[in-house]
Amino acid sequence: MVATILGRKLGMTQVWSEDDELIPVTVIEAGPCVVSQVKTVARDGYSAAQIAFGDIKESKVKRPIAGHFAKAGVSPRRHMAEVRLAQGDEVKVGDEMTVEMFEIGGTVHVTGKSKGKGFAGVIKRHGFHGGPGGHGSHFHRATGSIGQASTPSRVFRGSGMPGHMGAETVTVRNLEVVRVDPEQNLLLVKGAVPGAKGSLLTIRSA
Amino acid sequence: MKTIRAIEQQQIRDDLPVLNVGDNVKVHYRVVEGNRERIQVFQGVVIRRHGSSNRETFTVRKISFGVGVERTFPVHSPKIVKIETIGRGKVRRSKLYYLRDKVGKAARLRERSF
Repeated sequence: MVATILGRKLGMTQVWSEDDELIPVTVIEAGPCVVSQVKTVARDGYSAAQIAFGDIKESKVKRPIAGHFAKAGVSPRRHMAEVRLAQGDEVKVGDEMTVEMFEIGGTVHVTGKSKGKGFAGVIKRHGFHGGPGGHGSHFHRATGSIGQASTPSRVFRGSGMPGHMGAETVTVRNLEVVRVDPEQNLLLVKGAVPGAKGSLLTIRSA
Repeated sequence: MKTIRAIEQQQIRDDLPVLNVGDNVKVHYRVVEGNRERIQVFQGVVIRRHGSSNRETFTVRKISFGVGVERTFPVHSPKIVKIETIGRGKVRRSKLYYLRDKVGKAARLRERSF
């Protein structure tokens, strides 16, 4: 059994809990996923399962991908991901995973690609405080000093500087599962997850 | 988006009366203290409605021992047992923040007549 599933972030809302408290939740359309390939130690040197998710129009599938799915005997999907298998995991091609594998009250790790912020300055990127702004200071959002003088006469590694921010893989760990809806393939987890609405997420049970 | 709207729609309560700004209301609210439960009544004037869908809230203002007290409730909270409308005030704006600066007789609203 593979304890990982792929999904799509739909957005956030609030729901009432059983003791009538408001909980902020992220709605994820998770699965159903299908195993499209099994990698074995004997053949590939490691043990893993390839899982596939998402509808795609037949005409949009590229030939090599179509062939790959045809070999597995499953209909083509939009996204694929590889999941490492522990010893003793029994998986065969064509196995389906749905949200039913998660239970209410359990925890999950959610991985996604964060929203891209472009080339960001130090205030946004590293939380620097910035200058006083007015009163003739002329120091607003600039980096400021990045080190000392002749000793050490270099810039230390890891100094906060401007640069590209966001659009990286982020994992949020131990999110509580608030609701599972197998009919609509919905998973409601407490709190925020990385990425924009509609972006691909990987959900694995913690 | 449709899915989220459906989730929100499920939580909306339609068994409570429609509140308008300026109404004098009694809100019966369930309060849990430790493992005991009781109903608390908060009476005052609705001075604001805020938000939409299942996130909508309303604020009730009352004068308690000479001190103004405001309390905000979610409109669709399951903790609201009952809402009684005692009177309807004649108001010309959607937020009655000006009541905060009025004391005594000046802080009253004219009754709305239908």
